[in-house]
Amino acid sequence: MTGFADDMAAAAVRTATPLLLAALGETIAERAGVLNVGLEGTMLAGAFAGFLAGYVSGDPTVGLAGAVAAGALVAAAFALLAVRARIDQVVAGLFVNLLAAGLSALAFREIFRDAVFAAESRAVRAVPFADVSLPLLDAVPVLGAALRQSPLSLAAILLVPATAYLLSRTRIGLVIRAVGEAPEAADALGVSVARVRFGACLAMGALAGAAGASLTLAQSDTFIEGMTAGRGFIALAIVIFGRWNPYGVLVASLFFGAASALQYRFQALSLGIPHQAFLAAPYVLTLLCLFGLGGRARTPAALARPFSREHD
Amino acid sequence: MTRARGLGRELVQAAVLVAAAAATVLVLLVAFGHDPLVAASVLFRAAFGTPGNFAVTLVKATPLLVLGTAVAIAFRAAVWNVGADGQFLAGAIAATAVGVAAGPLPSLVAIPLVLAAAAAGGALAASPPAVLRLARGTPEVIGTIMMNFVIGFLLGYLLEEGPLREAAGTFPQSDPLAPSARLPRFDEASRLHAGLPVAILLALAAHLFLSRTLGGLRHRAAGLNARAAEAAGIPVRRVAFLALLVSGSIAGLAGAIEVAAITRRLFTGFSGGIGYTAIAVALLGRLSIPAVAAAALFFGALDVGAASLQRAAHVPPTLALVVQGTLLALSALFAESGRRAARRRAEAAA
Repeated sequence: MTGFADDMAAAAVRTATPLLLAALGETIAERAGVLNVGLEGTMLAGAFAGFLAGYVSGDPTVGLAGAVAAGALVAAAFALLAVRARIDQVVAGLFVNLLAAGLSALAFREIFRDAVFAAESRAVRAVPFADVSLPLLDAVPVLGAALRQSPLSLAAILLVPATAYLLSRTRIGLVIRAVGEAPEAADALGVSVARVRFGACLAMGALAGAAGASLTLAQSDTFIEGMTAGRGFIALAIVIFGRWNPYGVLVASLFFGAASALQYRFQALSLGIPHQAFLAAPYVLTLLCLFGLGGRARTPAALARPFSREHD
Repeated sequence: MTRARGLGRELVQAAVLVAAAAATVLVLLVAFGHDPLVAASVLFRAAFGTPGNFAVTLVKATPLLVLGTAVAIAFRAAVWNVGADGQFLAGAIAATAVGVAAGPLPSLVAIPLVLAAAAAGGALAASPPAVLRLARGTPEVIGTIMMNFVIGFLLGYLLEEGPLREAAGTFPQSDPLAPSARLPRFDEASRLHAGLPVAILLALAAHLFLSRTLGGLRHRAAGLNARAAEAAGIPVRRVAFLALLVSGSIAGLAGAIEVAAITRRLFTGFSGGIGYTAIAVALLGRLSIPAVAAAALFFGALDVGAASLQRAAHVPPTLALVVQGTLLALSALFAESGRRAARRRAEAAA
């Protein structure tokens, strides 16, 4: 029984890691008033760049750095369009998704053409992060197993209080929230709305890139086309579920991670519940959550609204 | 005078877009060591080279025209329907459910039934976010995206272990539609089919609605400036609600046309993300239906050309996605700069 609990806890944390990283980044961006529907593509770019850098260097840390850089680069392109040029944020996000899906698949097939054709799948593997176990916690039942993870998972968990502190206790956080709630007022106080939003986007991109790396350098050791498989959209849902609060985001990520881990168990048990029901659950729950939020939604007031100093 | 200048501007922008698409393809091909001249001629010949090839381009453009119209209708009312993909699937599911069972009915009954079911299916898929917006004022972007996944998994269930699974039970696909429920093809080689005139009529109707009717005026007014429209007595929430449902039903029709004329059965991964491409089509056409039709033709040609590039030179067809994304961003940039110029002119006049 402890074996089952250990396995489930470990699987939940492992599955939750990319969701948590991406959702934390998106939380920062959304608190600054930027909705990035292109989170999926940003993750995918990180997954590919992380794999490529890890593969070439043979070092997962270099891979992670590549993923973070790629995520930030993609987010900078997004921010140029959505924050500087002020095109609709949804359109800019879709641009990121199309571009990342197209380019990553194109580059992967072109770079690894020979290996892929020869089906030498061993040839296109990177060295993944090794799991680490924490000295004292490792002995604690269930928790020890849950935390026997790649350093990326542990970093993701540590980033939760860090992000919460940043957003609620620091001047930077105050400015971010001001820009997301009342950009006109922030502007009147001399805050550069565009600069703050740009910075928030870079943080979002770096974290989404790391989320991608956790797919290619921790959960697996290779890149597969479209391997984010909707996780970026689940992360968007998690931000809503977690009510734009890092701790809420942690709980929602673990919940979705556990649901996804359970899905495999239930499939094996064949209880007559179609496994697609588990796969669809996060999305259905998000719709229900949106309904529950309703009029008193604590959505950042200026979310997805471009800011311009000129009068509209 | 202003009109002529506006037209000139649009033509210049269209030329820039085409050049940007060509440049994107060129840069990527050269970057990965392909001969761009050979590739360009393969691409162009595949899409436009012979009447037969052009017919294939039309076949690929047909669902894009219908879906692009669906997206444009929503966007014109400032309703961000990102759910065309799911609505397309929902339409195809409903069309298949009716079409497989329609064996005993004559085509004159079966085909309208299939289309009606698809329109209802698409509207149904659009209804959760539409109700959310109507009842709670919740923005529809996230909800429509969530529905894409819900419908995608529903399709997987229906075909893998649900009631739409083929009788043989071998593959995750449906049985073929009854012959009487299929849309006739004009030509078997290209599969050019009766869905094309249907698509054109649909687009024409949407264009006339938007440009010539009072309903269309209210629709556009709600999209341009919700507060001003509200002040003028237009029920903006209700307009948005209906816009999303109508958009969903048109997207559903696209699903029916594709399944009843081309694939004739449903399978997992049926949409292939075409509902997202449709957003690029609608925006490339600046949400104006005639231009959306041109954009659909362009993307249809791109699709055909990319597929033949893969066969001829092993260039991955995801090249097309990069071009779509580039055009999407550029056309949005043009639209935004146009809006700003218009605002400046209005301020200067005032």
